[in-house]
Amino acid sequence: MLHFSKWSIWVTLGILLLGIVFAAPNLLTREQAEGLPSWLPHKQISLGLDLRGGSYLLLEVDVEGVIRDQLETAKDAARDVLQKAKVGYTGLAVENGKAVVKLLNPADVDKVRQSLRDIDRDMTVDIDGAGNVSMSLPDTVIQQRQVRAVEQSIEVVRRRVDETGVKEPTIQRQGEDRILVQVPGVSDPAELENLLVKTAKMTFQFVDQNVSQDQIDKGQVPADDEILPMDESNGRAGMPAKMAIQKRVMVSGEHLVQAAAAFDQNGGPDVQFKFDSVGARQFCAATKDNIGRLFAIVLDKKIISAPRIQSAICGGDGIITGQFTVAETSQLAILLRAGALPATLTKVEGRTVGADLGADSIAAGKLASIMGVVLVVVAMVIFYGMFGLFADVALIFNGILLLAAMSLLQATLTLPGIAGVVLTLGMAVDANVLIYERIREEMRNGRGPVTAIDQGYRGAMGTIWDSHITTIVSAIALYAVGTGPIKGFAVTLGIGLVISLFTAVVVVRLITATWLRYVRPKELPL
Amino acid sequence: MFYRPVHLIPPNTRIDFMRWHKFTFAFSLFLVLGSFALIFIKGLNFGIDFEGGILIEAQSQGPADLGSLRAQLDGLGLGEVSLQEFGSANDVLIRLAHQKYTDADQQLAADQVKKERPGTRADELPRLAAKRADQNAQANAVAKVTQSLGTAYSVRRSEFVGPKVGSELIQDAIWAIILSMVGIMGYVWFRYEWQFGVNALAALVHDCVTTVGLFALLGYEFNLTTVAAVLTIAGYSVNDTVVIYDRIRSELRRYKKMPLAELLNLSINETLPRTVMTSGMTLLSVLALYFFGGEVIRGFSLAMIWGICIGTYSTIYVAAPMLIYLHLRREKVGPAEKAEAEKRP
Repeated sequence: MLHFSKWSIWVTLGILLLGIVFAAPNLLTREQAEGLPSWLPHKQISLGLDLRGGSYLLLEVDVEGVIRDQLETAKDAARDVLQKAKVGYTGLAVENGKAVVKLLNPADVDKVRQSLRDIDRDMTVDIDGAGNVSMSLPDTVIQQRQVRAVEQSIEVVRRRVDETGVKEPTIQRQGEDRILVQVPGVSDPAELENLLVKTAKMTFQFVDQNVSQDQIDKGQVPADDEILPMDESNGRAGMPAKMAIQKRVMVSGEHLVQAAAAFDQNGGPDVQFKFDSVGARQFCAATKDNIGRLFAIVLDKKIISAPRIQSAICGGDGIITGQFTVAETSQLAILLRAGALPATLTKVEGRTVGADLGADSIAAGKLASIMGVVLVVVAMVIFYGMFGLFADVALIFNGILLLAAMSLLQATLTLPGIAGVVLTLGMAVDANVLIYERIREEMRNGRGPVTAIDQGYRGAMGTIWDSHITTIVSAIALYAVGTGPIKGFAVTLGIGLVISLFTAVVVVRLITATWLRYVRPKELPL
Repeated sequence: MFYRPVHLIPPNTRIDFMRWHKFTFAFSLFLVLGSFALIFIKGLNFGIDFEGGILIEAQSQGPADLGSLRAQLDGLGLGEVSLQEFGSANDVLIRLAHQKYTDADQQLAADQVKKERPGTRADELPRLAAKRADQNAQANAVAKVTQSLGTAYSVRRSEFVGPKVGSELIQDAIWAIILSMVGIMGYVWFRYEWQFGVNALAALVHDCVTTVGLFALLGYEFNLTTVAAVLTIAGYSVNDTVVIYDRIRSELRRYKKMPLAELLNLSINETLPRTVMTSGMTLLSVLALYFFGGEVIRGFSLAMIWGICIGTYSTIYVAAPMLIYLHLRREKVGPAEKAEAEKRP
């Protein structure tokens, strides 16, 4: 056990050296580390939100709503199809997971069958002899679309978070229908939450000017109209609180390719946007034939503004004006750029840690770690003398390697993670304690120094393996099912244990062997 | 020439541990049953991780006046508000139960939903409105508290856990505990006779149950971090048990005729220096954590301190003596291995 081949010595020293090199960037500030040339190790340990401050949000995607929305869309499309074909219908509605309509004249069925099927190729369209049409989605398609909705939501959330300019956000899917958003440095999450849960579905629809204000108040509007409120925050003076809007969407916000907060000629904040070619064509067609009508810009079923069309707009550019503040226009621009959420998001968990609390936690964690190390280091020297010192050297390297490994793997250090580190310190010396006590026994049995050490290592190894593996088993269990703080703890505990096997056994053995070779003691100071 | 280190436990110490094992069995039984009684009768002080709810940590400039703050917050009508000094006199932990909403709130939420999504089907509306009302209620509560705290306090941390997530977190935690216990027992079973596996598990359950019992007794908050602590204790406890089992097994191979109780005593005594040193050292580092690690992980450190003590005790007085009663068939432990025979002339 005491013989080291040349190469194994070099490998051991190499690992220790690499540990130092990869741990070193942590001594620098974040800016300094980022400024390092790329061929140098520059990764720093990443701190959990509980240590650096920030917000953690768990959002749930309303996947049931997605399907409902798609049926609504199918219903609207069916209306268009029937109107275009000049087919009389009644009872157009979405009910029990189906879009249904009854054709007044069953003989019309053949006129519209193909067009109804074309609305959504994945939909099952059933038409009976009496002219009852029902459109529904098969279960597999529902599942696929829900998965896609979650993925799209993640994408939209990611874009919105990115647009706000916060650094190093983490956006992940969690479970089937949840999105985990972690943003460091944000201490007031209310604004961010607002931004994230907004649907941001923008549409351009005509105002139905044939409906009087009185009818709107009474809620008496044609079936193809809907009553929408003005957005309170920028309702213009002199504009009614509610308007009757035609349900038919002329241009949808999906066709926006650019949106930016800007200012109009009078210096008032507005949002300027640009359509893609399809959007530009639709916008052009809609404006050309309807000069003089009110054209409403609707965001999440609220009217942002309803300007009168002065002339055909065919360049694909547009401006949204309203009584906005600068903050509102920049938020609106972000929402428009990032696109609409395909589903409603609900916050199901939220945690925010202020930056100063995080700093306090780091300070406390540092102090606790240092105190823990000092106590253990001193105790080892008192009880094992020089051998204790060997173990202490290994312990220090344990710390360095742990830091290096966590920086390299970009594992997140959390406050419970620091607890894991402190705990592994105690357990790391256990291996050495086992070995040293075994050596003492061998000495009492009358062995010479070299044999005692050799047999001590041999005897203790089995036990060390067993004790490490059982703890690693529980660390893996913690990692597999744990969330947040538990996971952070499991990571440091697991990495720490593997490293302690190396430092406590290999490194200490190397030091001991070297010492034996050069000093050749007659008896061991143990 | 060299410093002679201190030997804490003199060599050839022979303490008759097994002599008291009947008494300690009774004591352990008392601890476990007492813990169960406490857990089921007094109940655990579940944190918001498991119960759902709202937690706000606020800091005042000077020492916080809990009395007037309590009166102030009680006046907000947010149900039971629990206030607690947190670490220093300046820090306050405010906890609200998950906020309920009234029918009127739900009506309001339904209007909101209808307004935002006019296409909403009538049969969908109650579900969406309930969701919305619930969310509004939580947000309003936080806003009210923050407003009421005003400028006198700064909010250092706020947490919100929905009831659904809370119950999922409980499930995850229970799974973590079961999985790690099964994993650990499986490993011990594989390495030793089944009796060892069963006993290790018994010691493990003993340690974990009493730790949870301690939390019930002290009324400390039981949260995700506490679960991590319990699992770590499980790992530590088995670690300790395995070291002594290793010794017992090798002594079983060596002394074929020695009465089991005597052999257990021998093994425990032989490993006593290591037991004392490792427990002591780990205890030192956890004590550092308890005193210097800050308020957030104090519960964790406390659990660990208890766990290290109870883990060491249970190895000696639960895991080892139970072997006497489980009819360990010594011939199955196997013949002395060659290496071991050579080592001990």
